[in-house]
Amino acid sequence: MKNTWQAFRMHRMGMVGAVLLALLLGSALFAPLLSPRDPLAMQTDALLTAPGSDALLGTDALGRDVLSRILHGSRLALHVGLVSVGFALTAGCLLGVTAGYAGGKTDYVISRFLDILFSVPDVMLALAIMAVLGQKTTNVMLAIGIVYTPIFARVARGEVLRVKRALFVEAARSMGVRTLPLIVRHILPAAVPALIVQTTLSFAFAVLAESALSFLGLGVEPDTPSWGMMLRDGKDWLDEAWWISVFPGMAITLTVLSFNLVGDALRDALDPRLRGGAA
Amino acid sequence: MVLAFMFLRRLFSVFPVWLGVSVLSFGLLRLIPGDTATMMLGTRYTEERAERLRERMGLDQPLPVQYVRWLGRVVRGDLGESAYTGRPVRDELLERLPVTLQLAGGALITALLIAIPLGVLGAAQRGKAGDYAAQVVGISGLSIPNFWLGTLLILGFSLGPGGLPSGGYISPSVSLAQNLRHMLLPTVALSLAVAAVLLRMCRSAMLEILDQDFMELARAKGVSRTRLLWVHGLKNAWLPVMTVLGIQAGYLLGGSVVIESVFRLPGIGSLALSAIQSRDYVLLQGVILFVATAFLLINLTVDLLYAWIDPRMRAS
Repeated sequence: MKNTWQAFRMHRMGMVGAVLLALLLGSALFAPLLSPRDPLAMQTDALLTAPGSDALLGTDALGRDVLSRILHGSRLALHVGLVSVGFALTAGCLLGVTAGYAGGKTDYVISRFLDILFSVPDVMLALAIMAVLGQKTTNVMLAIGIVYTPIFARVARGEVLRVKRALFVEAARSMGVRTLPLIVRHILPAAVPALIVQTTLSFAFAVLAESALSFLGLGVEPDTPSWGMMLRDGKDWLDEAWWISVFPGMAITLTVLSFNLVGDALRDALDPRLRGGAA
Repeated sequence: MVLAFMFLRRLFSVFPVWLGVSVLSFGLLRLIPGDTATMMLGTRYTEERAERLRERMGLDQPLPVQYVRWLGRVVRGDLGESAYTGRPVRDELLERLPVTLQLAGGALITALLIAIPLGVLGAAQRGKAGDYAAQVVGISGLSIPNFWLGTLLILGFSLGPGGLPSGGYISPSVSLAQNLRHMLLPTVALSLAVAAVLLRMCRSAMLEILDQDFMELARAKGVSRTRLLWVHGLKNAWLPVMTVLGIQAGYLLGGSVVIESVFRLPGIGSLALSAIQSRDYVLLQGVILFVATAFLLINLTVDLLYAWIDPRMRAS
């Protein structure tokens, strides 16, 4: 663990990502304190105000403060990321570990099921799920969670297959450790490094996916301050008010970038086998 | 002979997955609460039409029977009729396919043109300026959302001095020059993320190959550095890059939904979106089945190409 931390600290870009991530967490936690205004309050006398001393990042077509909406948007982005990645991690591990450990027919059925989910491009799959469930924040989390479950399942399955026949697992088995404790205590820990990396990178995907769905009008509820939704609102005002579109996009990019940088650094620090930076 | 055998084996393994996808698409329509016939007819609903549709589709039959009947029609190319326009879904799809093909194909070519030179350069100049540039393009390509990039491109080149069109589509049969002008920004916006993935793959593959003995030997034999990199190196680095091409095709198909929406292009992606907006579930079902089938076929092709290029794969 100490070695991992040292290796991570040596990673310059990883540290940049970590600092960005800390800033993001701070703005999400303290959004109500940091925001100059209520993110939902419309100021009819200040429609499409350019960035300046009145409104640092300007206001949108309804007179809402862009900076306040971006700060509150970070809460939504992290919330959606946390729940959807949590779902994908849990469901993916359950499926992947079961498939990898059981092998045979169980493995075949689960693997084909994952192939089916994989064969629909992620945005399409999320759209279809949203079409069935309806536009709602909790549904966005579920849709993104389902879309990214197969990735976690593949990682978990691969790791289980790697250590299933290892000497220490055989030893534990021969000493009479039952299946569930064997998986939880001996097999799963071996999968943790790969899963940590995947979790970090999946946060990046989840933030991108939520903003894409909201941008298309199929994500969170219309009034929610979401970065994707802000970009959608700004689309019609591009020639008059560039700031409505530019700043929320920056927020998405920096957030996704921070997760990607930390994910890459963790991959290098945790697992020398995975080094090289291939996506 | 070996290839033919491989083809059959791969086809055999793809088929159950395709069946699963068809169950998924079929199930989509049945998961939505309400009367299926009413939903399928949408705005064109009359009691008479609903009755005829129930009869034709066998909607009073058990679900497995309905599924088999539906699959039978799908295999013959009948994907039903759009609830909104009343036109066959197949015609809607075929009409919009060229736009998406041009967008995705163009984006893939652009991505390769960015990724391969930068990937090779990054590996060759490890730790120096070229490598730094390659890594910056790689990580930012993965982090910038394509719809925001599209928006920025519109701000910079449509509303700015470039004067390029900010949206809309003109068929190449009408005017090739206009067609290319309209497709330029969306193609670039869609390509960057793919370029990033390919670039990172190419760079890391090249780094590994540069350390190999045969490269050392070639160098010792006096092969020029340019030839060493671009011929000997790239020939080998190309294989791992190819393995991710198939997966990237999925990204291109999915990403086209967003990009077609930003640039108002009448492709498959915007068809899916308008199907959802107008609650045209028959159309949505058709689009998803079509896209997933295309994605499976592309990956099958990539696998076979891979085996054809790399004899080691054939042996295993």
